[in-house]
Amino acid sequence: MLQVSGLRSAYGRIEVLHDIDLTVGAGEIVTLVGANGAGKTTLLKCLSGTQPVTGGTVQFEGADITGLAAHKRPGLGLAQSPEGRQIFTSLSVAENLRLGAYNFKDARVASDIDEAYAMFPILKEKRNLPAGGLSGGQQQMLAMARALMARPKCLLLDEPSMGLAPIIVQQIFDVIVSLKARGVTVFLVEQNAYGALRIADRGYVMETGRITIEGRAAELLADPRIREAYLGV
Amino acid sequence: MDSLLQFLFSGLTVGAVYALVALGFTIIYNASDVVNFAQGEFVMLGGMITVFAHEAGIPLPLAALLAVVLTAAIGVALNKLAIEPARGAPVVSIIIITIGASIFIRGASQLIFDKQLHRLPSFSGDAPIRIGGATILPQSLWVIGGALIVFVALWLFFTRTLTGKAVLATANNRLAAQLVGINTRAIMTLSFALSAAIGALAGVLATPITLVSYDVGVALALKGFAAAMLGGMGNPKGALVGGLLLGLFEALTAGYLSSQYKEAVAFIVILAVLFAMPQGLFGAKSTERV
Ligand SMILES: Nc1ncnc2c1ncn2[C@@H]1O[C@H](COP(=O)(O)OP(=O)(O)OP(=O)(O)O)[C@@H](O)[C@H]1O
Ligand SMILES: [Mg+2]
Repeated sequence: MLQVSGLRSAYGRIEVLHDIDLTVGAGEIVTLVGANGAGKTTLLKCLSGTQPVTGGTVQFEGADITGLAAHKRPGLGLAQSPEGRQIFTSLSVAENLRLGAYNFKDARVASDIDEAYAMFPILKEKRNLPAGGLSGGQQQMLAMARALMARPKCLLLDEPSMGLAPIIVQQIFDVIVSLKARGVTVFLVEQNAYGALRIADRGYVMETGRITIEGRAAELLADPRIREAYLGV
Repeated sequence: MDSLLQFLFSGLTVGAVYALVALGFTIIYNASDVVNFAQGEFVMLGGMITVFAHEAGIPLPLAALLAVVLTAAIGVALNKLAIEPARGAPVVSIIIITIGASIFIRGASQLIFDKQLHRLPSFSGDAPIRIGGATILPQSLWVIGGALIVFVALWLFFTRTLTGKAVLATANNRLAAQLVGINTRAIMTLSFALSAAIGALAGVLATPITLVSYDVGVALALKGFAAAMLGGMGNPKGALVGGLLLGLFEALTAGYLSSQYKEAVAFIVILAVLFAMPQGLFGAKSTERV
């Protein structure tokens, strides 16, 4: 589904991603964990086309999309729920969802919106209110629901659990698992390594712009290096 | 009483012109949070191009259409050449760029056209229409009608169309707009084209009454800005109501106080709005992420 080879990226002259290789297979949940400032968000921005790539390639379903404009990627089936949620604060919840399906004008848009409301009932309650007034957890739900409106084959999630109460985190992770059942491939970036590895098939660990460990999620959960550095045990 | 009605008519006419300028501000502001001070120059270009095309023998409706299309193209060029290269700069810097662009357009117009005052024939003759004890020019009805139509069209655009929502989304969060598939550059191009076209239309409609010369844009931009501030920047309803109110204030000031004070009205409105209600009458943008 998604294949990253030798990827490099920099802010100005400072390179923050060095030679990243990773793959996400169709139907998988793959997670990328790592500490603050490791470069996880930068990698996701490269995948969504909002950050320049200075070397290497990104392939999506076998096609090279390395230099493809960001706005053309959702149409291919690659959608992102970005760090910090980035919802349209001045627009209503319903308008945010409608814009998520910007590439579509068919009848399925309405049924997809209903489906989003079924997934997150609180959004239905608040559908006509400005999204900027939502709580952090509700904004995260909206960001995910908006990304799903693009009918993604592959969904990129950047720290969906950040700053949320444990019960909301659980709800969001449950939704991610349900997406897998619906055939959506998920690439999940998280600092909550334990939660992410529990629902993932495979995982990568990033440290200062390099992938240092990779493997099956169950193995990583048992790996002493990870247990010490990321799971706090 | 009759004189009051007469003041109201002339206030509404001038107010409709201000409303059209303010409506032109709305789109670019909604797409980019930038107040485009070259908006007044679009009005001037609409009038001047129509005048010169008409004098060159092109029938008036065609000359007007040509003016609107050419001005829209100039709006797009302004975006491509001056605004887009400065992307990422603070909004204040971009506003200053638009002021520079307006000076440039004015200078170029002075060279390409001339420094004279020009007028256009009225679209439906000059016989005043009697209403109550007062009279109104047919051209005034064109201006007021034009403002109402543009208002309704814009209101529908922003509330009912996906493209209109995409404009709002681009202003609110450009990164997120790209992530949902919006071509934000194309949206900016569209915004400048539409704003410029609306400005030019204002120039075409108003020139038979107000006359036009290369330097009318400055005052119009200022009045339109005051109107948009009064109504609430970015809101079509605010632009319409703000424009009409400003026109009425001016007409009543000129009628009952002195026409010397008329020009001060716009400044007083700007100051009053800034002090008393920075959001304007219909100000949106009150809910922001916490
Ligand atoms: N806009 C920017 N300009 C310059 N440097 C940046 C910028 N954004 C991030 N960086 C730097 O790039 C490195 C990687 O940042 P990135 O945001 O990708 O990390 P992250 O793994 O997502 O961290 P977090 O878990 O805190 O979200 C950091 O050293 C950061 O300081
Ligand atoms: Mg991050």
